[in-house]
Amino acid sequence: MNKAIPLLVIRFIVLVLFQVLIGNHINFLDTINPYIYILFIIYFPVQNNRMLFLFISFLLGLTVDLFSDSGGIHAAAILTAAYARPVILKFSFGSLYQNHNLKLSTTDLSTKIVYISLVTFIHHLVLFSLETFSVSRTIFVLQKTLFTSIFTILLCIILSIIFSRNTK
Amino acid sequence: MQQIINFIIRNKVFLLFLLLFSIALLFTIQSHTYHKSKFINSANLVTGGVYNTLNNASQYANLKSQNQFLVEENNLLKSKLYNSNILSHALTDTLNKSIYSSKTAHVIKNSYTASDNILLIDKGINDSIKQDLGVITSRGIVGITDRVSSKYATVISILNTTNKISAQLKKTNHFGTLVWNGKSSKEIQLIDVEKIAPIKQGDTIITSGRSSIFPKGIPIGTIKDFNLDDAENYYEINITLFNDMTNIEHVYIVKNNDIKEIKNLLNENNE
Repeated sequence: MNKAIPLLVIRFIVLVLFQVLIGNHINFLDTINPYIYILFIIYFPVQNNRMLFLFISFLLGLTVDLFSDSGGIHAAAILTAAYARPVILKFSFGSLYQNHNLKLSTTDLSTKIVYISLVTFIHHLVLFSLETFSVSRTIFVLQKTLFTSIFTILLCIILSIIFSRNTK
Repeated sequence: MQQIINFIIRNKVFLLFLLLFSIALLFTIQSHTYHKSKFINSANLVTGGVYNTLNNASQYANLKSQNQFLVEENNLLKSKLYNSNILSHALTDTLNKSIYSSKTAHVIKNSYTASDNILLIDKGINDSIKQDLGVITSRGIVGITDRVSSKYATVISILNTTNKISAQLKKTNHFGTLVWNGKSSKEIQLIDVEKIAPIKQGDTIITSGRSSIFPKGIPIGTIKDFNLDDAENYYEINITLFNDMTNIEHVYIVKNNDIKEIKNLLNENNE
């Protein structure tokens, strides 16, 4: 556990900087930016104190908000994704995931894709609903969620493949 | 009492979630209200410093195009200077009037993909920047300053759905309100223009100077297309911006030196 805390802190800082300095300026096809900082909650240890997990996620979202002048949309979105994570874990890895001492680097790719996609989709849906903040433009929100999700999922999977090779 | 405490302990995760979510929602709602983003903005030392460092490194990539803009502007200013003794008052009055003074600044963070875009510039209270000053480039308007810290200031871009700026036709004095529908970073909308206004495709739109934030005559863009609104009383006009909002580096902050006097006068009228 002692080793895990500095690792989490470094991951937190690196992901925030990566998001605000690079991720927010990609502007693929003029409007699409990937939100890679959700890798933090995807890779957060499965055995955890849920209160602490929610609080750290909220802090992460708020830090990204601070940099991108967006009020509290990132905080709300990543908080929802963090809250829903146990359900998603159960759905994608089976109900016994807690007994198996699950590690993402050892699971096979297809279940990992399902897991990452679900977390990404929930995060993006809340994010863009709050960003647009109007019911009359639901179609626009769904469109943006879909396109951005594809981009984010691709990048997350590529990054997770690159960084998991060392641990095997 | 016992039961209440038990309930809280049993649902502590959900309650924490609700609490944090409502805080986030509060910040979001604040940011959607004009001039209300009190806590979460990038005009503080940490975020401003990070963006400043990045900008110091990355501004070299844009030197060529930014130099081109400055040369174009120099040309414009020179032509105005050489022609000043023959041309009428109207062409030279935009920035030379003594009631408006201007300052230069660098944009260190630009954004144009969200529906409420905010820029960050490297001038703050130390350079006597305040809230509600106009920000322009040589090609057109950029936005209005909002939050100010000692060294940095945020600018509400014209590409922001909460923004409302007064603008008018260049040919006549028919005016309307500039808004943005959040769709394209190259286009902006002018609404509430009287039906009798003679508008044509390609006409130029300029600031009207009514809000006393921008001087009259700052260019905004040309009319792309237009149609009547649902009640068929007012025009809704799509404008192609002169400014490339995706590539902004040097900006001017315009300050109306008489703003206090004007505001006092208006307040007296209201009472």
